[in-house]
Amino acid sequence: MGIKRGLKVLAVSALSLGLLAGCNSSGGSEGSNGGGGSGKVIKIATQTPLSGGSATLGESIKLGAQLALEENKKKFEDLGYKLQLQPYDDQADPKKGVANAQLIGSDKSILGVVGHLNSGVSIPSSEVYEKYKVPMVSPANTATEVTDRGLKTVNRIVARDDFQGPAGADFAINKLGAKKIFVIQDKTAYGTGLADAFKKAAEEAGAEILGYEGITVGEKDFNGVLTQVLSKKPDLVFFGGLYTEGGQLIRQARDKGIKIPFMGGDGMDSSTLVEIAGDAVENVYYTSVAADASKSTEGKDFSSKYKEKFNKNVESYSAYGYDSMSVLLKGLEAAIEGSDGDLPAREKVAEEIRKIQDFQGVVTKVGFDDIGDNKFAKVYIYKFSEAKYPGVQEGEISK
Amino acid sequence: MNKLTSKLKGNKLAQIILLVLYVLITSLSLYLAQASVTAFLLLLFSLLLLYYTELPDRLKWLIAGVVLIGVIPFVSSTGPGYQSYMEVATVVGIYVAMALGLNIVVGLAGLLDLGFVAFFAIGAYTYGIFATGQAANFMPFGTFPLSGESFWIFILIGCFVAALFGVLLGIPVLRVKGDYLAIVTLGFGEIIRIVFNNLDKPVNITNGAMGLASVKPPEIFGYQFVYPNQFYFIVLAILFFVILAVRRFEFSKIGRSWKAVRENEIAAQSMGIHLVRTKLLAFAIGASFSGMMGVVFAAKQTFVDPTSFTLLESITILVMVILGGMGSVPGVILGAAVITILNLQVLTEVTNYLNQLSLDGVISFPEALAPAKMQRFIFGAILIIFAIYRPQGLIPSKNPVFDEESLKEGSKKHRNEQITVEPDKGFQA
Amino acid sequence: MLAEILQSLPQVLVDGIALGAIYAVIALGYTMVYGILELINFAHGEIFMTGAFIGVAMLILMTGMGWLAAMPAILALILVLVVTSILTGFMGVGIERMAYRPLRNSPKLITLISAIGVSFLLQDLVRFITEYKRGNYILTGPSMFNEQFSIKFSSISSSFSDAFFKTSTLILIIAVVIMMIGLDFFVNKTKWGMAMRAVAQDRETASLMSINVNKVISLTFFIGSALGGATGVLFAVQYGTIDPYIGFILGLKAFTAAVLGGIGNIRGAMAGGLMLGILEMFAAANLQLLTGGIFGAEYKDVFAFAILIVVLIFKPEGLFGKAVTEKV
Repeated sequence: MGIKRGLKVLAVSALSLGLLAGCNSSGGSEGSNGGGGSGKVIKIATQTPLSGGSATLGESIKLGAQLALEENKKKFEDLGYKLQLQPYDDQADPKKGVANAQLIGSDKSILGVVGHLNSGVSIPSSEVYEKYKVPMVSPANTATEVTDRGLKTVNRIVARDDFQGPAGADFAINKLGAKKIFVIQDKTAYGTGLADAFKKAAEEAGAEILGYEGITVGEKDFNGVLTQVLSKKPDLVFFGGLYTEGGQLIRQARDKGIKIPFMGGDGMDSSTLVEIAGDAVENVYYTSVAADASKSTEGKDFSSKYKEKFNKNVESYSAYGYDSMSVLLKGLEAAIEGSDGDLPAREKVAEEIRKIQDFQGVVTKVGFDDIGDNKFAKVYIYKFSEAKYPGVQEGEISK
Repeated sequence: MNKLTSKLKGNKLAQIILLVLYVLITSLSLYLAQASVTAFLLLLFSLLLLYYTELPDRLKWLIAGVVLIGVIPFVSSTGPGYQSYMEVATVVGIYVAMALGLNIVVGLAGLLDLGFVAFFAIGAYTYGIFATGQAANFMPFGTFPLSGESFWIFILIGCFVAALFGVLLGIPVLRVKGDYLAIVTLGFGEIIRIVFNNLDKPVNITNGAMGLASVKPPEIFGYQFVYPNQFYFIVLAILFFVILAVRRFEFSKIGRSWKAVRENEIAAQSMGIHLVRTKLLAFAIGASFSGMMGVVFAAKQTFVDPTSFTLLESITILVMVILGGMGSVPGVILGAAVITILNLQVLTEVTNYLNQLSLDGVISFPEALAPAKMQRFIFGAILIIFAIYRPQGLIPSKNPVFDEESLKEGSKKHRNEQITVEPDKGFQA
Repeated sequence: MLAEILQSLPQVLVDGIALGAIYAVIALGYTMVYGILELINFAHGEIFMTGAFIGVAMLILMTGMGWLAAMPAILALILVLVVTSILTGFMGVGIERMAYRPLRNSPKLITLISAIGVSFLLQDLVRFITEYKRGNYILTGPSMFNEQFSIKFSSISSSFSDAFFKTSTLILIIAVVIMMIGLDFFVNKTKWGMAMRAVAQDRETASLMSINVNKVISLTFFIGSALGGATGVLFAVQYGTIDPYIGFILGLKAFTAAVLGGIGNIRGAMAGGLMLGILEMFAAANLQLLTGGIFGAEYKDVFAFAILIVVLIFKPEGLFGKAVTEKV
């Protein structure tokens, strides 16, 4: 095995060097920023899908969090710290999420995480956060499993599936008078969890479930399932899933002459839904944990600031991202008070976050119970009466 | 440069001194620089240098062992980046084993398998189902979850179950060949994923899309494996056996029959090679490596769900094999390492760096261009460029060529066999 | 149970034919290329997808400039179809030149890998451009041809219910039929078509008969890709929303259709596409019913892939193809 094949060696080393050059720059930046206590830089990470099918939602969380962080920069500078945002892309992939979580865990200057969008990514990643004591505030995970494991670092500001689903069922049956319901879900962790919770609650409330079907994420033709809806003639269709498939489903249903109301969860709470479904979005209800931002003055303020800064319209999750970051920073601030100018310990930050009992965010009040669920999480019901986002608030249900 | 290489060539002592020097310098810099990704990668690079030295194989293995078991974990253990390096190294190990498995199927036997990740999924679910309470749903006897000590047995069970599925898939599939085989395996991979995603009714076996959470970590004598630095050694141990097995197979009768089948099925058949058996064996062995690593993956993630086993994964593993060189064991190892590190570290870090710059307002950097999103683009480009310009990959596979004369003499004297090496002609046409 | 299936049958048929028509045209692209090069052109699904994006981008542009309102919608659609199919046609030719021609004498495995590479590259390229321009790669086109119709099957027999569809479905089916008849005529009745068939049968002999093989292959790619791109536009009009990842699985199913009809067989591909579309729609609507709730619509893809595997294993020449013995 000689070194005679110079060309091949060259090719190999060129490739490797290219790789190295790539990280040289980033490695360098890490060295200068993350050098322990010397720079007093505090980083807060976000981990959401910035690429892939749910990038709209992931991006809005990141931007919301970014806004909150930048607003608080000044305050922390006065305390002697420089705040930095470190966005990670989990690609809605558990593997990637865990690998990123390891990076986050080992970067000592990161003192908190805002994330994730998908419960399927959140669950394994939070196991890693727990190991490194990195506090996490989730702006979007509704699966019960996220907090039910009783991890000390995991908190969420949104309502659980077993609260959101029944709230939707209650509204559908009592307010809309639905007796026969057809349930469709997208076969993801989020969709299944929500649809199951809804179905269970609806059955208990005495409604008849005419069908329970799954669709495939990424498909565009849902006519097969809709034919079943057409022939079974329910009063209401519940969809557990995200806006892309939801919009497509609603549009195709209306094309088939299915005029009955549709209902969905917070995954439908997106302007892209309206864009996809167009006028078909009429008579669609969705449950959301966010109050209508345009109703309160803080909400209006937030919307205009967001629009001004990013030149994008507010999505529901932007506000959750904003509030999650604000809560996290409040905990951080409390932890800093006792830290004497050093970086506060992660355990301390996690503790302080869990202690928060009465925090008024832009869209929700936050107070954590002993497993990290938000005691004040409310579910709001919205209705689209025209092709305009967001819909009109129709009801409000608290625990 | 040329002078230097020609001087180095043949001078084993100089090579070994240089190598040791290199390892020392890089480890020292990693030791001192703490969180430097560059130093870590440079240290890993020493293994590639080692491959190109002219040292005897045994010594190479020894040095590689020392670097992997001793130097890397020790040197990085002091820094804050320790666990994340170990995580990357562990994932690299997992992919290396899978790529070696696929290498047997694609590289040696010439059967393009586009659904390879299915076997990984099977391994992961095998452990995941029994190491959580899930199994209690359909198993009338036994108490679940099984304790973490069962992990070690499950590595073997995962290996066998995956191999079994490899054979089960192989029996019908081997009636088709070439492109059809590719498309059938692709279909099979998708079917497995969809079935795992939906097998929560009528009997809840896989818990469907919700996935299996809180998988028990491995345990031995009350000692739990939780952190990546612990998994690193498990993966290293399995990898050692995998590489050993692959090298053994490659130059055995079976390995030669695989290559014969790859080059020309009909000719191979007429030379007395049992076609079906040979192909099935390739499928089974390739699948078994994946199955083993699936078990490790499930234990490491503590969470198994169908989104980890998409078509993109299968293609990623294929890219590793193509990049490294089909049929070449060192090549495939290199390919798997490069792609995994690219994916987990380099793209993420570069994206973070660019993001930081644009947050600071230094440059305006469109979100759409983020390197972490360009994964498919990069993989696609690698596939095309290597297919056209370098189908034999980074480190082409080699077939040992025996010098006839010396063999004759050797058989007389029973010594002095001389083996020279020539590039494998298989993929250069 | 039977009554229920019968009840929904008209609707299933209408939806199935619409979906099947799309499969059929894409299947044509696969089958033509396979017939000539014996290569699964994995990138074909992506050409379809790119066609959809080009079409929607044009429609959005035309809406922005007010042209769409100024001219009859059908004229606009025809214009978009023609431009898109020319663009994607040249794209197909380009892909063949760059990624396949240098590999024509390589092992098949290598060419196939190159094809997968092209497919991934295109996905990301389209994703990148769309996201860069619009901030989101999910693209929704202007709403066109939304008038709804229903066929009153219930007046024929009370055991049927009415079938609903919209104008775009009708346009889709008519356009596909025109494309198929045109292609069939071209391949069977013109000189170039004859050359294509000759090259498919035996490339070397064809070249001895003074047929420019490279030109014929380019032409095949042009026609296949043009048809694929045009179908993409029709798909976008029919379903409204597109993303860069629609091509892969759809392409795979179209390939299934091509295999079902006998690969290399153009009429077979048409029949295979329609059959697959109807079968898939039927499965989605009735699997739940047929299996008593054990399997639901989510298994319809398993169904499609299972058909592919079964056909490949037991009747690799397809339903309408002739069995060919292997040349040694």
